[in-house]
Amino acid sequence: MQIQAAVNRSQPSSYLKTIGAIVWKDLAAELRSRELLAAMLVFALLVVIIFNFAIELQPALRLTITPGVLWVTFAFAGTLGLNRSMAIEKDRGCLDGLLLAPVDRSAIYFGKAVSNLAFMMIVEVIVLPVYALLYNVNLFQPGLLLTILLGSIGYVAVGTLLSSMAVQARTRDALLPIMLFPVVLPVLLAAVKASGGFLQQVPMNTIWPWLNILIVYDVVFTAIAFMVFDFIVEE
Amino acid sequence: MISVRKLVKRFGTKTVLRGLDFEARQGEFVAILGPNGAGKTTFLRILASLSRPTLGDLQIAGYRLPAQAAAVRSRLGVVTHLPLLYGDLSAEENLRFYGRMYQVENLNERITEVLNLVGLFQYRRELVRTFSRGMQQRLSIGRAIIHDPEVMLFDEPHTGLDQDACDMLDALLRNVAALGRTVLITSHDLARVESLAGRFDVLSRGVITSSVERSNLGQRNLLDFYRGALVN
Repeated sequence: MQIQAAVNRSQPSSYLKTIGAIVWKDLAAELRSRELLAAMLVFALLVVIIFNFAIELQPALRLTITPGVLWVTFAFAGTLGLNRSMAIEKDRGCLDGLLLAPVDRSAIYFGKAVSNLAFMMIVEVIVLPVYALLYNVNLFQPGLLLTILLGSIGYVAVGTLLSSMAVQARTRDALLPIMLFPVVLPVLLAAVKASGGFLQQVPMNTIWPWLNILIVYDVVFTAIAFMVFDFIVEE
Repeated sequence: MISVRKLVKRFGTKTVLRGLDFEARQGEFVAILGPNGAGKTTFLRILASLSRPTLGDLQIAGYRLPAQAAAVRSRLGVVTHLPLLYGDLSAEENLRFYGRMYQVENLNERITEVLNLVGLFQYRRELVRTFSRGMQQRLSIGRAIIHDPEVMLFDEPHTGLDQDACDMLDALLRNVAALGRTVLITSHDLARVESLAGRFDVLSRGVITSSVERSNLGQRNLLDFYRGALVN
């Protein structure tokens, strides 16, 4: 049988199409298995519930402690998701399959990062109402939601890069948090401070510096990942 | 089609390839034989641009590695003992994903064509994780030819397959090679590659130590040639 395929080899695959293909693949696979989202979601809800019972909070204290509990929850659940997302690629050799494609390898990074961000945001969308209900705190404020988005982007930008390094090691499950948390500390700190500011309704000029840190961190680490991903994944 | 000069690959202080020279013409089917640890997989991974050479000059289809890696990758199909497939996607969805990554035009028609070639059209909507090892390996070949590559690299494709699955795989390999593609295969199964390849190169201690055309094997069988090459 004659096999011929019309392939456009004169130019590299369109960058956005590559990102779209990877995101479609990750979402389609996750819709079937639900193993990644289920693990993240159950873990996040358990953390929120355990904190609720472990800490007897006075109503006045709730607003102070809420940002910390919230970001600890997102960070731990996010680590679970990042680990699993890359492990799926590695275990059946699929990471090699991606790297064999004639595409700019940074597009692979962005595809995985967008997928990871989507999973993290799905978890956040479900956890936020549960948290608001349990702790009797209004979390649906535009400023707070913006902070959660910026913090999640920074967390995923670094996490996707580091998980592609950690996945090469046998001890990847332990290695990722050890590498990730020190690097992502500025994001968590800024996100907790900005979130606390919005919840306690402090003046915007107190919150802006923390939002600026988040924006700068997002831009800088996305740019770093764009530049170094190819070297990280190649032997 | 493939030209390799003085290829060296080091991992830290360990040198795996030590100035390897290799040539393969268009349409040639070459088996690379060698003991465990000889550097066969490392060699194929460098050709596939999954690993960067430490030293050496490599060209595939007129493009240099690693400088023109994307152009090389668009002309390569790679099959390993791992399927490189997503278990939670169907056969059709896996091919669609890789077809999009390679920017294959008329993708629906191409997917149908490839699924028919590897004999999995009737299973196209089933999840890959429900496939047997043999079916996964056939689909893996479908994945590797979805973009009609000029060069095919097979790294131990028979690993983990039963007798029937190996026979089906061999038939498919002959079919793939018959279309004028350049094919490189590594294998420990000498009896199988003896009937497949047209040339046999022995890789030992990081260099090609011997090479013979199948037509020049004469009365010797491949095992005798292989043992002789390792002794020398």
